[in-house]
Amino acid sequence: MKTFPIRVLVAKPGLDGHDRGARIIARALRDAGMEVIYTGLRQTPEMIVNAALQEDVQVIGLSILSGAHNAIVPRVLELLREKDMAGVKVIVGGIIPDEDARELERQGVTAVFQPGASLETIVSAVRQAAEHSNTPAAK
Amino acid sequence: MARSLLLPPPGEFPYTRGIHQSMYRGRLWTMRQFSGFSTPAETNRRYRYLLDQGQTGISVAFDLPTLMGYDADHELAHGEVGKCGAPVSSLADVEALFEAIPLDKVSVSMTINSPAAVIWAMYLAVAENQRADTSRLSGTLQNDILKEYIAQKEFIFPPQPSMRLVTDTIEFATRRTPRFNPISISGYHIREAGSTAVQELAFTLRDGIEYVEWALERGLAVDEFAPRLSFFFNAHSDFFEEIAKYRAARRLWACLMRDRFGAHDERSWKLRFHAQTAGCSLTWQQPYNNVVRTSLQAMAAVLGGAQSLHTNSLDEAWALPGERAATLALRTQQVIAFETGVAAVPDPFGGSEYLERLTGDLEAGARDYIRAIDGMGGMIAAIEKGFPQGEIARASFEFQQKIEKGEAVVVGVNRYRVDGERAIETLRIDQSAEDTQIEKLRLLRKTRNNGEVERTLNLLRRAAAGSAIPVSAPDLSSRNLMLPLLDAVRSYATLGEICGALREVFGTYQERPNI
Repeated sequence: MKTFPIRVLVAKPGLDGHDRGARIIARALRDAGMEVIYTGLRQTPEMIVNAALQEDVQVIGLSILSGAHNAIVPRVLELLREKDMAGVKVIVGGIIPDEDARELERQGVTAVFQPGASLETIVSAVRQAAEHSNTPAAK
Repeated sequence: MARSLLLPPPGEFPYTRGIHQSMYRGRLWTMRQFSGFSTPAETNRRYRYLLDQGQTGISVAFDLPTLMGYDADHELAHGEVGKCGAPVSSLADVEALFEAIPLDKVSVSMTINSPAAVIWAMYLAVAENQRADTSRLSGTLQNDILKEYIAQKEFIFPPQPSMRLVTDTIEFATRRTPRFNPISISGYHIREAGSTAVQELAFTLRDGIEYVEWALERGLAVDEFAPRLSFFFNAHSDFFEEIAKYRAARRLWACLMRDRFGAHDERSWKLRFHAQTAGCSLTWQQPYNNVVRTSLQAMAAVLGGAQSLHTNSLDEAWALPGERAATLALRTQQVIAFETGVAAVPDPFGGSEYLERLTGDLEAGARDYIRAIDGMGGMIAAIEKGFPQGEIARASFEFQQKIEKGEAVVVGVNRYRVDGERAIETLRIDQSAEDTQIEKLRLLRKTRNNGEVERTLNLLRRAAAGSAIPVSAPDLSSRNLMLPLLDAVRSYATLGEICGALREVFGTYQERPNI
C-alpha cells in the first residue's frame, strides 16, 4: 500500500508578528517527513481555511501568542464546518490559559500546546491527528 | 601590550568600561517598567501606581492594533484590543493615558515602531496642551523599523518610506526636542526571535549605521543628532557573555562613530542603552523560578553598565503582568540597586582575562557580520535578501534542538520537571475593554469637526506623496511629515485614518513566508 506524506498547514492568525514558534514547528514537522505549508503572518480565519482547502491538508496548526485565541479559533472551526471540512483537525499552540484550552478542546480543537511543550510531543500529536482526520486526502 | 592601553578607565574612549567616569555612583539607572493593558484609563492608573512605588520613568506598551496602525473598531482588531498593551486610536486616548502625569517632569518611553511618528505627534500634542516646554521633554521613542523587518515583524509600509518617517522624527527631535531620544535601536527583539548574542550585537549596530546614513543624507551633521541615538539590548541568561556584549557594543559604536562617521563630539561616541531581561527565557512551568532568572539577568545588565532597565514579571509566560507580579519585578531592581552594593563600582569584572577575551570575541564576530552586510549594500538590501532573518531562524532552531536533546538545560522544563502544577493568578483582559474603546471611538467620530479631519488628512496625503509642505518651518526640511502629522492628530483624525492615508501613498510591506 502506498502511503502519502501528511500534509499540514502552519498558520499565524491575528496581528501578532512573533513567528519564532511557528517557524520552529514548521521546520520540525518538515524534518519529520511531512509536507508543510506555512502561511506567513496576519492571516484571517477565512484566509487560513481557504488555504487549507486549496492545499488539501489533514491538519491545521495555529500559533497564537497574543491572547486573541478566543476570538480566532472558534471562527476557524466554524468556517471549517461551513465548508464541509470538519474532518480537518485543528491543533493550537501558544499562550493559552488552561481554562481556555479546555474550552477550545470542547469546541473541537484536537490538542492545545502551551509553552514548554517538546517538539517530539507536538510532532507525534500532528501525526496522530492526521491519522484521525477525515479528509479526501486521508481516504 | 600594557593592559592600561587596551583598557582605558570608565568614561574614556572607547568606553568599554562604561560611558561615565563615576557610573552609578553619580546617577543610578532609570527603573522603567514596560506596561500597558486594557484601556488608556486603566493603564494610567497602573502608571500612577508604579510611580508611587518608586519607579523613575514610564514605558508605554501599546496593543497590537495600535502597533499595526489600526483603530479599535477595525475588523482585524477584533479580539486584540487592550490584550498586549494599551489601545490608542486617537489623541483622546493619549490624553487619557497621561492624565495627571506632567510630561515635562516624567520621562516617557514609547514602544511603537511603524506608526511611531503618529503616536509621537499625539504625545507632543498632549504635552502642548499641558503647556509643557517642548525643549524640556524627555523620553524615548522606539521607532526602530529595521528590526521589525528582521525580527518582530510589526511592519506596515515598505522599508524606504518607513526609513523616511524615522528620519523625519530624528530631524524633528534634533531641532525641536533636544532632550528626547527619537529612536531606540533595538537588539532586544532580535534576541527574542532566537538570535545569538553576536547576532544581536551585530544586527543592532548595523541598523544603527543605516539610521546614521539616512540622517546624514537628510543634511543633518553627525554631531547634531548622534548624541540622541539610544539603544536597547536584551539581558539574557549567559551571565558573562551578556556583560561582555554590552562592553563590546560600547567599544564598537564609539569606533564606528569616530572613525567611520567622523563624529567629533564625545557624546556622539557614547552608546547609551536600555536593557530588558529576556522574556523568552521565562518558563510557563514553575513560574516562581522566573524571579531568579530575572534577578540574575538584571544583575548582568547592571554590571554591564545599562542606563535604564526593565525587569520582567514572573507571570509573563502566562499573561500580561498582574499588579503583584509587576511590583515584585520592580522590587528586584530596587534590591540590586540599594542592597547589593554593585552600584558602587563601575565594570567590576573589567580586566579579567575571561571577560576581556569574551568582549573581544563578540566584537570580532559582530565586525564580521557588519562587513558582510556592508558587502550586500547595507541593511535594507540584506533584509530584502532575507539574510538576517535566515541567520536568526537557523540559530533559534539550533537552540531548540539543544533543548530537545537536553544539551541546553531549562530548569523545570527539560530537567527537574514536576507534574500537576497549579496555575498562578494572572491578569485577564475581558472583552469589555474592546467594547469601551469602540464606543469611545464612535462618539469621537460623531463629535469632532470632520471637515477639519478631511482637510488635514488630504494635506498629509499630498505631503507624503512628495509635495512641499505649505506650513513648512525654516528649521525642518520641506518634506518632513511631522508638521502635517501634528495637524492631523490635533484634529482628532484617528491612528487608523492617518495610517490608512499613508498606506494609500506608501503601499504596504509583505514578507515572503519561508520556513
